[in-house]
Amino acid sequence: MDLVTIWFILIAVLWIGYFVLDGFDLGVGVLMPFIGKDDLRRRVMVNTIGPVWDGNEVWLLVAGGATFAAFPLWYATMFSGFYLALFVLLLALIIRGVAFEYRGKRDSQAWRDRWDKAIFVGSAVPALLFGVAFGNVIGGSPIAPLEGTTADNASNLNFVGNFFDLLNPYALLMGVMTLTIFTTHGAIFLMLKTRGEVRAAARTAALRVGLVAAVAAVATLLWTQAFSERVSITLPMALVAAVLWIGALWMVLKGRDGWAFSLSAGTILVAVASLFVGLFPNVMLSSIDPAFNLTVTNASSQEYTLTIMTWVAVIMTPIVLAYQGWTYWVFRKRISTSMIPPQPSAGRADDRFAATK
Amino acid sequence: MGSALDLSRWQFGITTIYHFLFVPLTLGTVWFVAMFQTMWHFTGKEIYLKLTKFFGKLFLINFAMGVVTGIVQEFQFGMNWSEYSRFVGDVFGAPLAMEGLLAFFLESTFLGLWIFGWDRLPKKLHLATIWAAAVGTMLSAYFILAANAWMQHPVGYEIDPATGRAVLNDIGAVLFQNTAVMAFLHTMTASFMVSGAAVAAVGAWFLTKNRQVDVFRPAMKAGAVVTLVAAVGVSITGDLFSKIMVEQQPMKMAAAEALYDTQEDAPFSVLTIGDVTGDSATPIIEVPGLLSFLSTGDFNATVEGINDLQAAYEAQYGPGDYVPYVPVTYWSFRLMIGVGMLAAAWALWALWRYRRGRNPQGTGPVSRAFGIATPLIVLAPLAASTFGWIFTEMGRQPWVVFGEQLTADAVSPLLTTTEVWISLIGFTLVYAILAVIEVALLLKYIKQGAPEQVVADPYEEAAKQADEDKQLYFAY
Ligand code: HDD
Ligand code: HEM
Ligand code: HEM
Repeated sequence: MDLVTIWFILIAVLWIGYFVLDGFDLGVGVLMPFIGKDDLRRRVMVNTIGPVWDGNEVWLLVAGGATFAAFPLWYATMFSGFYLALFVLLLALIIRGVAFEYRGKRDSQAWRDRWDKAIFVGSAVPALLFGVAFGNVIGGSPIAPLEGTTADNASNLNFVGNFFDLLNPYALLMGVMTLTIFTTHGAIFLMLKTRGEVRAAARTAALRVGLVAAVAAVATLLWTQAFSERVSITLPMALVAAVLWIGALWMVLKGRDGWAFSLSAGTILVAVASLFVGLFPNVMLSSIDPAFNLTVTNASSQEYTLTIMTWVAVIMTPIVLAYQGWTYWVFRKRISTSMIPPQPSAGRADDRFAATK
Repeated sequence: MGSALDLSRWQFGITTIYHFLFVPLTLGTVWFVAMFQTMWHFTGKEIYLKLTKFFGKLFLINFAMGVVTGIVQEFQFGMNWSEYSRFVGDVFGAPLAMEGLLAFFLESTFLGLWIFGWDRLPKKLHLATIWAAAVGTMLSAYFILAANAWMQHPVGYEIDPATGRAVLNDIGAVLFQNTAVMAFLHTMTASFMVSGAAVAAVGAWFLTKNRQVDVFRPAMKAGAVVTLVAAVGVSITGDLFSKIMVEQQPMKMAAAEALYDTQEDAPFSVLTIGDVTGDSATPIIEVPGLLSFLSTGDFNATVEGINDLQAAYEAQYGPGDYVPYVPVTYWSFRLMIGVGMLAAAWALWALWRYRRGRNPQGTGPVSRAFGIATPLIVLAPLAASTFGWIFTEMGRQPWVVFGEQLTADAVSPLLTTTEVWISLIGFTLVYAILAVIEVALLLKYIKQGAPEQVVADPYEEAAKQADEDKQLYFAY
C-alpha cells in the first residue's frame, strides 16, 4: 500500500478515535440539562467524564495536526473555507473546557448554573458542527482554483463559497445525525458509569434519543451513497452500522450496559469508516467540478515526511492507546449520587477524610 | 487598518500572546508541584503535601486556560494562514503532529489521572503521574519551539520546483538545529523565572500577612532560589541566542538596537529619546561596545546596520522593504531584559528579608514597599516573556518564514475582513471575560491558603472502607 493511502487510513482512525471517545463526552454535556435535574446529579455526570475528557479531546488536535502534516492542502482548504463554522466550534470548545474545570470552584448555585449552560452549549454546538463539516467534505463544497489560476497546481484550490453554503440540507442532516448519535452514546456511557437514579434517567434518554438517531442515521447514510466512490462496499457498511445500532438499543433495553456501549462505539466506528471508504481517493469534493477535487495525491506531503510520520504514528499510537486504556481501567468504578462528597465548600473536596473523621 | 491580513496579524498576535501567558506558568509550576509532592513522598513532612495541594490547585486553574487557548492556535494556521499552511505543511506539520502524539496525549491523560487519582492509585504511582505530565509539557514546548525556530531559520528542506512548496529532507536538522535548542533553553529558563517569581511572591505574601508561615516560608525560598538560578540561565542562553540570531537574522539585531549604520565596537543604548524610526535616534545612556559583544562576543567587532542590510536583501530578494517595525523591536528587546531582571532583584530582596527564620512585620517604608512590590512582581517576568515573543516575531517581519515567504503572502487568500472582524472581536471578548474569571479564582484560592488538614494516604483510606457507596475522595 502506498504511503498516502496509509495516511488516509490513519486520519480516518484518528477521527474514529475522536468520535468514539469525545463523542460520549459531548453527549454527556448535551444531556446535562435533561438528566441533571439537580446539582448532585450534574456532579455525578461531570465526574464520569472529568478524568478523561481532556485526553479524549487531544484526538481532535492530533487529527488536525496529522492532516496538516500529511495533507497540508486539505488542512489549508478546509480550515480556511470553514472559517466561521470553526470559529464557532472553537468558542464552544473553549467554554466547555473551562466549564468542567471551574464549575465547582465557587460555592454558588448561580455560578454553577452558568457553567452548566456553558457545558450544554459547548457540547451541543460541536456535536452538531462536526457533522455539518463532514457533510461538506463528503457532499462536496464550492472548491475551485483562484481567479486567474488553474487546477494544475492543487495549491490554487480554495473554498470559494461563503458561510451559508455550508448550511446545505445534506450537511445539516449529517449534523443532526452526529448530534443525536453522540447524545445517545453519551447516555449509554452514563449508564455504564453510574448507578441509581442517574443510570435510570440515562437509560430512558438513550432509548428516546437513540430512536431519533436511528432515523437520522439511516437517512444520512442512504443519502451518502449518492456521493460514494464505491457503493458496493459502503452500502453494506451502512447496513452493518444500522444493525449494530439496533443491537446497542436492544442491549440498553435489556440493561446490558457494557454490551450497549461496545455496540454504540462499534456503530460510530463502522459509520465513520464507511464515510472515509466512500470518500477515497478524494479528501474534499468540489461541488463545482470534479476536476477541482482535492485527492490523496494532489493534497499530500512528500514521501520523506510521510515515512517519518508513519514511524512516529506506528510507534506512538499503541502506546497512547495503552495508557489511555489504563486510565479507563483506573476509573472503572461506577459513581452514584450517594458517593459524591458534600459540595466541597470552596472546592476543598480533597480534605474530606480529614473532615469526616 | 482593515485588511484581512492586518486583522489576521492582530488576531494571531493577541491569541498567541494570550496563550503564552498561561504557558510559562504551566511549564514551570508543574515542576514545583511535582517537586513538592516528591519531597512529601520522601520526607513525609506534611507541609509538602499541603504545598502540593495548594499549588496544584492554582496550577490546574491555570492549566485549563492553557489548554483551551492552545486549541485555537492549532486551528489558526489553517484558518487565517492557509497559504502559509500550504507552503510549509510538509515541514512544519511534522513537529506539530509529533507534539500532539508525544506530548499532548501524555500531559492531558496523566494530569487527569493525577487530579482524580488520589484515592485510586497507590502513592508512588500517583506521584509518577505528575512527573509524566511534567515531561509531557516539556516535550510539548520543545516541539512547538522547534517548529517556530524553523520559521526563524528554515533548514532541512528544499523547494519543490513543480509546486513551489517546501519539502522536508532532513527532520534531524529541523528538530535539533541550534536555533531550536536555544529557543527551548531560553524559553524554559524564562518560564522558570515566571513560575519561580509566582511561587515566591505567593509565599512572601503569606509571610507579610504572618499566615501559615511554616508552610509558606519553604515555598518562598524555593521560588526565590529558582528565580535567581533561572535569571542566570536566561542571561546565558539569551546571550548565546543573540549570537545565533546575528548569524541567522542580522536584521533583527540591527532593529533591536535601531542601528542604522554599520559600526565597529557598536554601543548598546539602554534608553533613547526621540524617534527610533529615523536616522536621528538620540541615545541617552549607552554602553560602548556592548552591542558588538552581545552580537559576536567581541567588543570591537563590526555590527551590520539596517541600511546596509536592506540594500543586501534587495539585491538578494528583489525590491521591497525588509526592515521590521523598529520602535517595537527596539523597545521590546530592552523591556524583555529590563523588566525580567526586576524579578531577580526582588528575589534577592525577599531572600535577604526573610533570611534565617526572620519574619519582619514592620510598617516602615521598606516593609510597605515590599508589600506593594510582592504581588506586582509576578507580572514582571510574565511581561518579559511576552516582550521576548513580540521581539522574536516582530523582528522576523516582513517574513513569516525567513527568506522564503512574506507574511503578506501567507494569509488565506479569500478570507474577508468581515470574517476576521467577527472572530477577532469574538476571541478578544471571550478571552477578556475568561481573564477576569481566572484571575478572580486564582486570588480566591491564594487567599484561602493551604489546607489545614490533609489526608496522608487516601489510597489506603479508601481501601479500608469496603462499602460500595463510599464517598469519593476527590470529585468536581
Ligand atoms: C514554549 C511552549 C509553548 C509554545 C510556544 C506554545 N505552546 Fe501551546 N501549550 C504549551 C506550550 C507551548 C503547554 C505547556 O504544553 C500547554 C500550556 C498549558 C497547557 O495546558 O499545555 C499548551 C497547550 C496547548 C494546546 C492544548 C493541549 C491539550 O489539550 O492538552 C494546544 C493545542 C497548543 N498548546 C498548541 C499550540 C500552538 C499551535 C502554538 C503555536 C502558536 C503553541 N501552542 C505555542
Ligand atoms: C510555534 C510557535 C509559533 C508559530 C508557528 C508562530 C507563527 C506566527 C505567525 C504565522 C504569525 C503571523 C504573521 C504576523 O502576524 O506577522 C505570527 C505572529 C505573531 N506571533 Fe508567532 N508564532 C509562534 C509562537 C508565538 C508565541 C509563543 C508568541 C508569544 C506569545 C508569538 C507571538 C506572535 C506575535 C506577537 C505575532 C504578531 C506579529 C505581528 O503582528 O506582526 N508567536 N506568529
Ligand atoms: C540577558 C538577558 C537576555 C538576553 C540577552 C535575551 C536575548 C534574547 C534574544 C536574542 C531573543 C530572540 C531570539 C530570536 O528571535 O532569534 C530572545 C527571545 C526571548 N526572550 Fe530573551 N533575553 C534575555 C532575557 C530574557 C528574560 C528575562 C526573559 C523572560 C523572563 C526572556 C524571555 C524571552 C522569550 C520568551 C523569548 C522568545 C523565545 C524564542 O524566540 O524562542 N528573555 N531573548
